[in-house]
Amino acid sequence: MIGLTNAVVRFGNRCVLDQLSFSAERGRSLAILGPNGRGKTTALRAMLGFQALAAGTRTAPAVVGYVPQYASSNQSYKVLDAVVMGRAAGLGLFGQPSARDIATARDALEQVGALRFAKERFDRLSGGERQLVLLARALATGSKVLVLDEPGSALDLNNQARLLRLLSALRAPRDRAIVFTTHDPNHALAAADDALLMLPDGPALFGPVAETIVPELLERLYGVPMRLVNLIGEDGTGQNAVLPAFAGRRAA
Amino acid sequence: MSTQIDDGGAIASRWRPWSHTGFAFASFGVALMGAILVSLCVGRYSVSALTALHILGEAIVHPGQAIGSMDQRIVLLVRAPRVVIAAMAGAALATAGVALQGVFRNPLVSPEVLGISQGAAFGGALAITMGIWGVPLLGIVFVGGLSALIAVGMLARINGQTEILTVILSGMVVGSLFSACVSLLQFIADPNSSLPAIVYWLMGSFATATWDRVLVSAPGLLLGIALLWALRFRLNVLSLDDSEARSLGARPDQERWLVFVLVALIVGCQVAVSGIVGWVGLVIPHAARLIVGHDHRRLLPATALLGATFMVGVDTLARTLTAAEIPLGVLTAIIGAPAFALLLRRHFKDREAT
Repeated sequence: MIGLTNAVVRFGNRCVLDQLSFSAERGRSLAILGPNGRGKTTALRAMLGFQALAAGTRTAPAVVGYVPQYASSNQSYKVLDAVVMGRAAGLGLFGQPSARDIATARDALEQVGALRFAKERFDRLSGGERQLVLLARALATGSKVLVLDEPGSALDLNNQARLLRLLSALRAPRDRAIVFTTHDPNHALAAADDALLMLPDGPALFGPVAETIVPELLERLYGVPMRLVNLIGEDGTGQNAVLPAFAGRRAA
Repeated sequence: MSTQIDDGGAIASRWRPWSHTGFAFASFGVALMGAILVSLCVGRYSVSALTALHILGEAIVHPGQAIGSMDQRIVLLVRAPRVVIAAMAGAALATAGVALQGVFRNPLVSPEVLGISQGAAFGGALAITMGIWGVPLLGIVFVGGLSALIAVGMLARINGQTEILTVILSGMVVGSLFSACVSLLQFIADPNSSLPAIVYWLMGSFATATWDRVLVSAPGLLLGIALLWALRFRLNVLSLDDSEARSLGARPDQERWLVFVLVALIVGCQVAVSGIVGWVGLVIPHAARLIVGHDHRRLLPATALLGATFMVGVDTLARTLTAAEIPLGVLTAIIGAPAFALLLRRHFKDREAT
């Protein structure tokens, strides 16, 4: 549904994306991982059409539900008014949102569990709350493609858990494509089917999570020793987690 | 697929009932009516409110009736066109200010920032130097404002993209250039005839208002207001970051220019009939925002009503405070600059607080 084929992006002489190909099909979630400065954000922008390609093609529907990392800082609109803007694509230049558009926006807020601050001012919300509202706005577009730019980066652990539960819940009906960038491979384990590893020393790797989120590749990705550990989750079932082995006290 | 997750944090409810907004709009309407009535009545020749209302009623019920008495002349031929032009100009300038602040995502910009006012001023000064008045003057003023806008557009377009910062800087450059050209015209103008005309015109006044001038400026002003009003929801979207706006289906680059052209139209029509009147587009939107919030769907009409009220009020003061008429631009600056200074401090304090 959305993706790039042999995409090339150059800033001056620097080749930021070189023959990059990946895609997220309907019903699948894709996590994009890579060290800082390797082009995660550029790949996302290229995929959304905000960044011109020097070569290659991009595939995307006309309207994509996009959740930016940070919202414009000046948004003093009420939350519901901010989410209604998700309907703008269907309204045209002079269109005004109808009662049905407002109902769609309320549904989207309810879906992310943020309906309770519908009347609050957006810029008075916390970072985690803002993220939920932006996600609701993306859902309100009605697009079957969701793109999130580092959705977890500004969130505390509780809010990260909540976001991952939401992403999994949105994935569950298998009727949309979801793409997100992240710095935490555990986010990919929790909420993605495929991963794109933008390796620092070679072409990017695109494949199912089970084949890509493995210690050997992640070590190449971040240049840090990584360990795969098995944890017993809250519900008693085992789950995998990947940890960097760079920190922490030596066990006594 | 309901994923209601409670984070337990109680949030102070800042819920504002709709009636609050309704009450605000009713007050704006009453204030505008009051300002218009006062303006029709007071002056060197005062007319009682009842008489003024009676004269207005008669004129509306029996249009085309011969105007006989002194009261009728004063109200219908001298003050009414003046009030109409002032109200339209105030509403239009304030609306233009809101629209610009929306697309620049910056509450501190105004038509002067884009160099439109200076371009229009140059057009007007040039016309006066050549002895041109009336509709041709309006045309030249509009062309002046529009050419300033086009110059800004060409300067600011780098690699096919227009960044907000480059637009503002280009606006300053073009504005300074046109200001210098106006000074040059004043320098070479005839000190006995065209120089005083230019100077007085630049300071702004509605003193020369007639029904003919109303007809000259009304189409442009009303068209500008109407189209910006039609864009009210789009202005919300355009006030977001470009990438956000684009992801929501807008084309910020092109749509911003539509707003700019409408602002040029408004400023051109206003400047042509009443000279340079600053500050309205800066101060009034702030006041409106404090009362009805930031959503352009409510902010635009609130700003238009407040702007009209403010302009009619200031014009009334301009012609009644002293024996001679005080230039309008001087009064709006005297009122506007301190109000703006307060708002500026408040704006940055707010920003630090959040």
